Amino acid sequence: MRAGGDIMRQAIRFRRRGRIVEVRDFSPRTLLLDYLRLTERSVGTKEGCAEGDCGACTVALGRVRDGRVVYEPVNACILLLGQVDGADVVSVEDLAADGVLHPVQAAMVEHHGSQCGFCTPGIVMSLYTLYREAERPVTREAVNDCLAGNLCRCTGYRPIVDAALAACEGPPADRFLAESETIRADLEGIADGADIFVGDDTRFFAAPASEDALAALYARHPDATLVAGCTDVGLWITKGMAAIDKVIWLGRVAGLDAIEAGPEALTIGATATHSAAHASLGALDPDMGELMRRFGSVQVRASGTVGGNIANGSPIGDLAPALIALGAALELRKGDRVRALPLEEFFLAYRKQDREPGEFVRRVSVNRLGAGDAFRCFKVSKRFDEDISAVMGAFRLALVGRRIASARVAYGGMAATPKRAPETEAMLVGVSLDDPASWEPAFAALAADFQPLDDHRASAAYRRTVARNLLAKALHELATGRTDETRLVGERPALQAAE
Amino acid sequence: MNEMSKPLPATPLPPDEAPLRHVRQPLPHDSAKRHVTGLAQYIDDIREPEGTLHVAIGQSPRARGRLVALDLDAVRAAPGVVRVLTAADIPGKNDVSPAFGDDPMFAADEISFHGQALFAVVATTRDAARRAATLARVETLHEAPRVTVEDALERGESVLPDYSFGRGDAASVIAGAPVRLEGSLRVGGQEHFYLEGQVALAIPGEEGDVHVYSSTQHPTEVQHVVARVLDIPDAFVTCEVRRMGGGFGGKESQATQWAATAALAARITGRPCKLRLDRDDDFKLTGKRHDFRSDWRIGTDETGRILGYEVDHLARCGYSADLSNGVVDRTMFHSDNAYFMPDVRIGSKRLKTNTVSNTAFRGFGGPQGMLVIEHVLDQVAWAMGRDPLDVRYANLYAPGRDVTPYGMSVEETDTLPALMRSLERSSDYRTRREAIRAFNAGSPVIKRGLALTPVKFGISFTLTHLNQAGALVHVYQDGSVHLNHGGTEMGQGLYLKVAQVVAEEFGIAIERVRITATTTAKVPNTAPTAASSGTDLNGMAARIAAGAIRRRMAAHAAETFGVPEDEVVFRDDRVFAGNESLDFGELAKRCVQSRVQLSEAGFYKTPKITWDRAKGTGRPFLYFAYGAACAEVAVDTLTGEYRVTRVDILHDCGRSLNPAIDIGQIEGGFVQGMGWLTTEELVFDGEGRLRTHAPSTYKIPVASDVPADFRVALYPNTNREETIYRSKAVGEPPIMLANSVFCALTDAVRALDPTRPVPLDAPATPEAVLRACEAMRGRPLG
Ligand SMILES: Cc1cc2nc3c(=O)[nH]c(=O)nc-3n(C[C@H](O)[C@H](O)[C@H](O)COP(=O)(O)OP(=O)(O)OC[C@H]3O[C@@H](n4cnc5c(N)ncnc54)[C@H](O)[C@@H]3O)c2cc1C
Ligand code: FES
Ligand code: FES
Repeated sequence: MRAGGDIMRQAIRFRRRGRIVEVRDFSPRTLLLDYLRLTERSVGTKEGCAEGDCGACTVALGRVRDGRVVYEPVNACILLLGQVDGADVVSVEDLAADGVLHPVQAAMVEHHGSQCGFCTPGIVMSLYTLYREAERPVTREAVNDCLAGNLCRCTGYRPIVDAALAACEGPPADRFLAESETIRADLEGIADGADIFVGDDTRFFAAPASEDALAALYARHPDATLVAGCTDVGLWITKGMAAIDKVIWLGRVAGLDAIEAGPEALTIGATATHSAAHASLGALDPDMGELMRRFGSVQVRASGTVGGNIANGSPIGDLAPALIALGAALELRKGDRVRALPLEEFFLAYRKQDREPGEFVRRVSVNRLGAGDAFRCFKVSKRFDEDISAVMGAFRLALVGRRIASARVAYGGMAATPKRAPETEAMLVGVSLDDPASWEPAFAALAADFQPLDDHRASAAYRRTVARNLLAKALHELATGRTDETRLVGERPALQAAE
Repeated sequence: MNEMSKPLPATPLPPDEAPLRHVRQPLPHDSAKRHVTGLAQYIDDIREPEGTLHVAIGQSPRARGRLVALDLDAVRAAPGVVRVLTAADIPGKNDVSPAFGDDPMFAADEISFHGQALFAVVATTRDAARRAATLARVETLHEAPRVTVEDALERGESVLPDYSFGRGDAASVIAGAPVRLEGSLRVGGQEHFYLEGQVALAIPGEEGDVHVYSSTQHPTEVQHVVARVLDIPDAFVTCEVRRMGGGFGGKESQATQWAATAALAARITGRPCKLRLDRDDDFKLTGKRHDFRSDWRIGTDETGRILGYEVDHLARCGYSADLSNGVVDRTMFHSDNAYFMPDVRIGSKRLKTNTVSNTAFRGFGGPQGMLVIEHVLDQVAWAMGRDPLDVRYANLYAPGRDVTPYGMSVEETDTLPALMRSLERSSDYRTRREAIRAFNAGSPVIKRGLALTPVKFGISFTLTHLNQAGALVHVYQDGSVHLNHGGTEMGQGLYLKVAQVVAEEFGIAIERVRITATTTAKVPNTAPTAASSGTDLNGMAARIAAGAIRRRMAAHAAETFGVPEDEVVFRDDRVFAGNESLDFGELAKRCVQSRVQLSEAGFYKTPKITWDRAKGTGRPFLYFAYGAACAEVAVDTLTGEYRVTRVDILHDCGRSLNPAIDIGQIEGGFVQGMGWLTTEELVFDGEGRLRTHAPSTYKIPVASDVPADFRVALYPNTNREETIYRSKAVGEPPIMLANSVFCALTDAVRALDPTRPVPLDAPATPEAVLRACEAMRGRPLG
């Protein structure tokens, strides 16, 4: 059987404990956590929630990037086994060797970082990736960001953070680093350009290696489930118990994750992960950097993709409103046909997108802010870190002097889709930053643009008030040129604050 | 008069004891290395016996009504299904309740809450069982569920009778008081969110006996309930647990149902059976901290000193009694927190709703009662323009003003005022109060708030018979020691603390003491590990057991070496007798050869406590544990978001057995309490369905929520009661240190308009805070 590429591989393979493991026979929806706990019987990795939120299942995946093995944490509970193809899989049992604890483990013991111990394996693995990859000196904020996806109900985190700071005091030096040449050679040895197809036409895990192979395969199986990072699809399996039988994983498609940071525009390939896109999105505007810092957790950002976030079409997804306000265009491909549309037009109705059977998201591009452009975006959720927005507001305002010449305003959490606010935008045109009374019609227009719902995240009344107040906050910040009076998190550097 | 200017009373300490080798040392958790390497075994990690089957629960789609038909054909036909169990399969009683006989294992007729267990599927894999469990066709005669306090009041249904106690005539004293205030505070519930969900593995044995591994705080109750359900004697059931991945009260009574279901499946299939709840099911199927509406009235003099206080705690208990009697009683016992109330009436209703049965949660009702009085004292202070801290000082228990509303004398009145003043100084409370006032005056959007609140928490089970414990200690002929007791380990470090006590008793290295899993086969008829009492009770029982063995060993050494018994010293792994000394193991070997018994069962019961519930008086607690916290917050008044920016804590553990473990309990308890009062919100819809049933929607604190400036210290004190090494219990009291965060948030919102009361309920989610902010601005949300 051929999946479209030149060569075909009917197994996945990855590195595990110094050996190359090949798996040929597995259900396409097998999750990495079940493989570890049930098949391998490596029970050190825990299940706390099976939905990517608690981090108890965290393991590290090593991949070669720019000639170096880089380890990232992932939630094994919502990661398909097939997605570890080509990676070095490290779990908590692997860190200590010959009875000697890894520096992060030793620090956790010394600082009393565990009580019941159930969160601990996941925490240790998150800290392992911090230890390996974090720029020194490691700050308390960096540790908090690293741990945003690891819940601990016992300790109150203080000793864990102290342990992390202590372990990361010096440069990394562990046995994995000592072995990194071997690991790199092993990983390069299993890296090939082959399309992967495990299973048969009724039930398969496929991972095409090129866009053409993907286009051909998806055209043949338009009923297949595309999986990018699996941070949404994973929950359909663990919680929805969906019968997903045909999986096309996009993670091997060459070039689909490309990020082109040009002087005029930024283009992000669909399968670029949030981690990979973080810096270039942040370079558009510091608020985008802050949004990405608060997007899910390190684990979710390491797996989840920009394309997946958009394609999923959630009304509370974070990237869509921000990118809509920025004026992004989306590119889709079906077979050989490529088309582009303004991002806001992609979202038709609740969970219904303008995507045909067999069509996939290719990339999204956005023009950089010009000289007179100001941008603000705010995410409001119950908890600052690792939470889904109750309301997300994004504003791109073109200023001529102290007046608004044009406005793009978009919100998440306010409608059945991420949505622009045409009435509000119209009312903002001509408004002076120096005349807060002139802002009122724009605030009033929000009521015409949005009729939000009550749900367990927030009431409609709260959403309405916050939507208004976020716009007020954006205008107030632009008027004063400062953010220190209006923000508890994500204060902008003084330079940008002056605009 | 400013209370600050009073001189500090000295805290008496006993003459210093000889240095101890293990006790008082900050030893790491006994399992720390196993935790960090992934080698600590939890129940789901135990290698399953060959042929183990997996159980999943079939749930009610409705919150209230009659079960008309349950069609399980599709379930039975699903791939991998071996058996389906319903109420008809239960050989004994269809009841898994702790006391009141009102918790069916499977609902057979009346449906009482959404998600209630109707049947169980036994299948070859967990995945197969879970998928099959969704295939049932359930027909119900549906009725509108009661969900809220108001629903329950309207129907007038309770799970247990109303109860009140008090003193004097509060109503008329309040009516005649110079200052009168009244109001109502809603206090939310809380999901335990132990990281390890509910799980049990049952292995069938001979003649119907069964060995159950259960993640439970109460192995004895699991044993009894399994026996009741299977209709076999208690002696046929063994329940064992080495460790839990967190409990917090959520595995006190509510681990039982899953253990009993696994045991039933094992009995009927004859194969080992495991049941591990999915996280979302765990949320839906197990009880939570009780939520309340508390209606209060207070009368004070012109300085804010309480003359009379009346409060009615309307507790939402859920569909059955579970532990609500003790929980709501403890709410009542803590309605005074640390304050003397001359005339007082504390009332309660234990309301029945069509929701999961609420249960024990660290603090066991105490936090709710305490939050109300802290909230009330804020209102009192603001009404008379005083700093809330000064009003708190003015009301603290003091000599002559030292009898609680339930007639117990507070003997230790000096500790708390001294502790609070010390914290007031070290936290720089007064200076920061002024700085915040100045900041708020110049900051229209961000408002800061500050509060310093005390904790006084009663230690002992209020159900007197639970205040007993047993331990079993063996010394083997090589000098290694087997330690077992009735307490369970859920992360709180109980096993380590008891091992420290035993190693100290024998003068041996702690590595010689092998800590073993709690099992009903070694120590019977135990109390749950709860009420913060684990160390007080089990530490004493183990010390008694070890002491008895040591005395027999000493007698043997004395006889052998011809010295008086009291001159035999156990130290540094050796035994010294006159000029002779020998290794502890060597003495153990000699004892065995000389037929000296080296095994002992220790038993301890708490002295002094009494409680006459009918009369509402007695001494339900052996002593009180104290603490105080000072919290500072910053609130974004445009969105209701906030940060806790600094917290200072001073807490009284008596003379700590292990300061590292105790600090861990304090910090962890504080952060858990902070979550309860801030971001953790249980949302039930009108149909009685829990909408926040997963960590994606139910938000417990993460690392960045912990104040970057977090200063925690132990208050130097001793326990004047004869507790184990004069320590004080520490499991629950720190939860209530977080009341300071709620009060600080209220304080910040108040800066918008100091002339209005702040209408803030708990949890103070960003939405609740913004609603309060908008009210201060004189407009509704939206
Ligand atoms: C713990 C947790 C926290 C989260 N936090 C946030 C958050 O803060 N903000 C936020 O917005 N989201 C959040 N999410 C949701 C999720 O992580 C994001 O939506 C993520 O970007 C999805 O990307 P993915 O690659 O994992 O998508 P997948 O799960 O792989 O796919 C999602 C959907 O998109 C489709 N799809 C994927 N790629 C393509 C493509 N190229 N073309 C066509 N269809 C495609 C899939 O078929 C599927 O329908 C969170 C999720 C979790 C589990
Ligand atoms: S088990 Fe909770 S994140 Fe995976
Ligand atoms: S130590 Fe128990 S959850 Fe972290």
